[in-house]
Amino acid sequence: MTDPVLSVRNLSVTFNANGRRVHAVRGVSYDVQRGEFLGIVGESGSGKSVSSLAVMGLLPSSATVEGEILFNGRSLLDLNDRELSGIRGRGISMIFQDPLSALTPVYTVGQQIVEALRLHDRALSQQAAEKRSIELLKIVGIPHPERRAKSFPHEFSGGMRQRAMIAISIANDPQLIIADEPTTALDVTIQAQILEVLQSAKDLTGAAVVLITHDLGVVAGNADDVAVMYAGRIVEKAPVLDLFRRPVMPYTIGLLRSMPNMASAASERLVPLEGRPPILTVVPTGCPFAPRCPAAIAECLDGEPPLELVKNGAGVPDPTRAVACIRHEEIEDGTLARDEIFPRPEPVPVELRAPQKRETVLELRDMQRHFPLTRGAVFKRRVGTVRAVDGVSLQLEAGQTLGLVGESGCGKTTTIMEILELAGAQQGTISVNGIDTATLNRTDRRALRRDIQVVFQDPMASLDPRMTVEDIIGEPLTVHDVKPAEIRRKVAEILQLVGLEPSFAGRYAHEFSGGQRQRIGIARALIVEPKILVLDEPVSALDVSVQAGVINLLEDLKDRLGLSYLFVAHDLAVIRHIADRVAVMYLGRIVESGDADLIFSDPRHPYTRALLSAVPVPDPEIERSRSRILLAGDLPSPTEEITGCNFRTRCPLYAMLPEAQRVRCETDDPAQRPVAGRDVACHWAEVSEQLVA
Amino acid sequence: MSLLNPELVESSEHVEGAHQTDAVNSRLAQIWRRLRSTPRFWVGAIALLLICLWALFGLALYPWSATDQDGLAFSQGPSASHWFGTNGIGQDLYAQTIIGLQKSLLVGLIVGPAAALIAGFVGAISGYVGGVWDRVIVWFIDLLLVLPSFYILVLLSPTFKNASIVALILFLALFGWMVLARVVRGQTMSLREREYVKAARYMGVGGLTIVRRHIIPNVASLLIIDATLGVGAAILSETALSFFGFGIQPPDVSLGTLLSAGSSAAVTRPWLFVFPSAVLILTVLATSLIGDALRDAVDPTSGATRD
Amino acid sequence: MLGFIARRIVNYVILASIATVLGYVLASATLNPAARYLGRNPPIPEASINSILNDLNINPDTPILERLGIWITGLITRGSLGQSVTGNEVTADIVSRAGTSLRLLIIGSILGAVIGVALGVWGAVRQYRASDQVITYSSFAVLATPPFVVAVLLMIGATNVNRASGQQIINFTGEYTAGLDGGFWVIFGDRLVHLILPTISLTIGAVALYSRYQRSAMLDVLSADYIRTARAKGRTRGSAIVRHGVRVALIPMSTFFAYSFGTILTGATITENVFSWHGMGEYLLQSVTSSDINAVAGTILFTSILVLIAGTLSDVVYAALDPRVRV
Repeated sequence: MTDPVLSVRNLSVTFNANGRRVHAVRGVSYDVQRGEFLGIVGESGSGKSVSSLAVMGLLPSSATVEGEILFNGRSLLDLNDRELSGIRGRGISMIFQDPLSALTPVYTVGQQIVEALRLHDRALSQQAAEKRSIELLKIVGIPHPERRAKSFPHEFSGGMRQRAMIAISIANDPQLIIADEPTTALDVTIQAQILEVLQSAKDLTGAAVVLITHDLGVVAGNADDVAVMYAGRIVEKAPVLDLFRRPVMPYTIGLLRSMPNMASAASERLVPLEGRPPILTVVPTGCPFAPRCPAAIAECLDGEPPLELVKNGAGVPDPTRAVACIRHEEIEDGTLARDEIFPRPEPVPVELRAPQKRETVLELRDMQRHFPLTRGAVFKRRVGTVRAVDGVSLQLEAGQTLGLVGESGCGKTTTIMEILELAGAQQGTISVNGIDTATLNRTDRRALRRDIQVVFQDPMASLDPRMTVEDIIGEPLTVHDVKPAEIRRKVAEILQLVGLEPSFAGRYAHEFSGGQRQRIGIARALIVEPKILVLDEPVSALDVSVQAGVINLLEDLKDRLGLSYLFVAHDLAVIRHIADRVAVMYLGRIVESGDADLIFSDPRHPYTRALLSAVPVPDPEIERSRSRILLAGDLPSPTEEITGCNFRTRCPLYAMLPEAQRVRCETDDPAQRPVAGRDVACHWAEVSEQLVA
Repeated sequence: MSLLNPELVESSEHVEGAHQTDAVNSRLAQIWRRLRSTPRFWVGAIALLLICLWALFGLALYPWSATDQDGLAFSQGPSASHWFGTNGIGQDLYAQTIIGLQKSLLVGLIVGPAAALIAGFVGAISGYVGGVWDRVIVWFIDLLLVLPSFYILVLLSPTFKNASIVALILFLALFGWMVLARVVRGQTMSLREREYVKAARYMGVGGLTIVRRHIIPNVASLLIIDATLGVGAAILSETALSFFGFGIQPPDVSLGTLLSAGSSAAVTRPWLFVFPSAVLILTVLATSLIGDALRDAVDPTSGATRD
Repeated sequence: MLGFIARRIVNYVILASIATVLGYVLASATLNPAARYLGRNPPIPEASINSILNDLNINPDTPILERLGIWITGLITRGSLGQSVTGNEVTADIVSRAGTSLRLLIIGSILGAVIGVALGVWGAVRQYRASDQVITYSSFAVLATPPFVVAVLLMIGATNVNRASGQQIINFTGEYTAGLDGGFWVIFGDRLVHLILPTISLTIGAVALYSRYQRSAMLDVLSADYIRTARAKGRTRGSAIVRHGVRVALIPMSTFFAYSFGTILTGATITENVFSWHGMGEYLLQSVTSSDINAVAGTILFTSILVLIAGTLSDVVYAALDPRVRV
């Protein structure tokens, strides 16, 4: 066996901020073999990024790093900044999360690649480096590399910037690439592209890759080995198949069960992983996961369990699998069944459910929202039109959930903002409760606001940091002249309904975890007893383990109160789980809409197909066996004029069609028409199975 | 299966409790904690307090007043009877400096906050209302910024220099808010896009209520900082105007007139110039240290890196 | 980019014109030119005062708008800003004084900006270390000191130096030694010596101002992701900060330059007066004191044009530094 490329031994990172110590990483050890693909999975605050930044020597000066980091046998912690910089970018390179801010805005992309090349090869001439940088851009799949090398980062889309980052990272043939959440800021279709590029970069350079992510689905399809981090430590490490098939750490089990899964049945309720990770200002004295672990016993609190090798059936330790749980043997041999650790919560009993009524509570008819694109500060002139929403029709039935899906920039946020204004539409109609909102006067509009409420994406940003929970939740009632005593009573009631203590009323939003904050946001929306709840990405800012609890709560509330949801999300797994009906949006239009089960099992629009195939599934076997439909390029700008079908510029089906049939896509704008039980806007919906998913 | 044994419940409550005390520190307490650990703040605050006390009580037991003339001591250096020395007609410089200091503090402590108030009002309206109003207000601010406010005040000086100090204070405040107003406007515009402001709008909360409930409290910290920094700026403006004879007029005394009178003899009788300058510099320095420490405490650019 | 600059220039020209007009109106409303001729001995008859005022187009009895009309017509048709109360053409006065002011302003702003930026970068990179603390506290002290105090303190220092050395090493009164005879180099040297103290006096404030701003702009940039990327590529911390950080932190500085120009202008005005330089700053204060409306209006026009140029310059620098505005 050869020596590992990277060997981390007993690594600890402590931050010292304002006199408070945060033990971000505590005794982490792992090896990365040559050419290995290691996934490090963890929720925010688990120490996964900090440990990798420690490897790169890029932590701020407030951090104290202890332990040993060996790169090719050389101890990195003993090197100074100058010596380390000889290794960074050449031996080890890194790809960061946010491609928007990771490139210097004032230099061209080409210049930044040339810089990486010439830093480590002083003999390289400027011309040669420029030539090489164009080659690199070509490798990572950037069209017109000669021209694009001269572009500035702001002229690149998010996906292209991340490609450029990968180009920089492979510029000097590194032996190790660390990718820190490289796809988190990107849409699924772009994520699929980037992961593909990362894989081919790995194959091309033969480098080992450490992929840091919170998404088990991303790991399933790419990594060889996976390490799960919790509270600054590795709590389980195993080959990817074992980790997903036979997890032994209750945390891993809980994480896997809490994830909405595209492949598994939609009707199954999610298993929430309640609580929050400990705050690492004090070193835990017991298992840090014990407070959240249903399988915890008294012994779990006696000292932190060490990371031990898992013994196989014959009692022989398996060198590839390690876990930090004192009950792992019971879990491994089945005495403690994995399914029973986190019992599946029961749905709302039938007798408590609100009666279903068949009525349409929200209807959009051919709604349009165009923004003028102007230039000039003093004398504005119109230079184009942004077709943010370009003729959208939707129907939301009482007691139903309508999932509105699409990539960022497709117009879904504009759509709901237009609905929430309750002021009609630019073109077409918006009806709430059968009332056309364009006809409302001030008083009626205010009265109607009781019926439609909103929950926003970021639970931190949507709660005023200077108000108490009671004031936040009670705010909608102040509009409707409710007496303070009545508000107080209602707030206490609603807090209980969303699963929070009524005693929380006097606290401030920042005292709560993300999941609790989102419950506060939901409570605020529910306090006026609305009929319709507009949910704008309500769980996408939350950690996976917390998502499940919020999704379950939303489902329960809908059943109990007979609510209708307009659920906007980019995460198809979540939509798959919660929605009764789905509408897929692309460039301001609905391309496919209908019954959720039908669309997820048998998508007909090529875009829906590509979208579904891009979603990573937390199951290595499924991930490895399926082939993806990769979309070409990025979402076009909504200012562009595309004749005929506006998806054809990226459509994989269009690319396969014979010339004669293409003409129709180029000239004829497809209208929605019923095909196989749903509405599709594609001329070739009947034959779209040709695209193997 | 009882999975949660009592011990565990206790421990989890303990964790919650620890977190609670940690979090009860609301924003104000957090700012105060940061402020407390900034030496600059203490230096500035204590110095300013002492200066204020000195301005109030510095003449209490002192035998000379600012207008008394000591016929036995013309142009004397500092001594036991005239702590800061005397000027050419035997007036006591210590007494004059304190009277000047009182005037400077009066000007600074009124003008700084007043200018911040104007800035907050104009900036918040401009930023929140947006559209045509915003463009008009910004354009007007830019117009006021074409000429340095010192020039405008010099130009206007005939209207206030022979009136009471109130007029001077009024004019200083009227021409000292423009830059801050633009900052407040920017802040308001970003606040307007915050989700909790949007949420309030979609609940049907009225515009004025939103400004009062969500915008003003969030801009307040900015205003407090600049009100503090504005104190020093106003004192400096007043001094500069008076130095050139466009502000407070002799025989009325301010630090500016003292410096003006002392500057010509600065080489031969340095005490006439050095003492008033030192008092002026210390006062302004104290306010700017407090203001800067406040700014750091409210908006710490350096935070612990988190995962 | 040219379009962007052109639009900005149009905006500045409009602003400067309106500011000048307002300045003229303001001066006409607040200044009382007749006071100059009243209370003389022997008294000047009212009729002749009126005729003097009429000749100068500053008679308060004429409606302001009418006077403004005449003034603007004169400016446009003859390029004349009217006559000052001393009988000189204001334009001629400005031409003879502008150079003096510009010399001080240009040297002061450039030195101030360059040294200030350098100190700001240095302070940010060495945040909270001793050198940063020294720079921070000194800039606070300088900013708390009015420019005329700095100037007078410098004069005291120079006098002591001269006294100690027994000869006039540092000359600081006026722009040059009157009646000095000699070749080009003697005169040039003399002017240079006279320039030292005023320049220091103006520059020191500008340095303090710019260094504070540059420091905070740098601190914003230091935690930026692209600095981390540059280091991940193999740059050392220092080199990443200089090559990537400073370049980006200069962008907000270019805007700040326009905003701070008023402060520099005020500083220059004060400096000129203390060192008895016959520049535009001195002209302004003298004209206001002597209620010389035309001279004041001329000075305001001059200032507006300077502000216009400074604003345009800072926009050009901004566009050159930030590719995101080059459309």
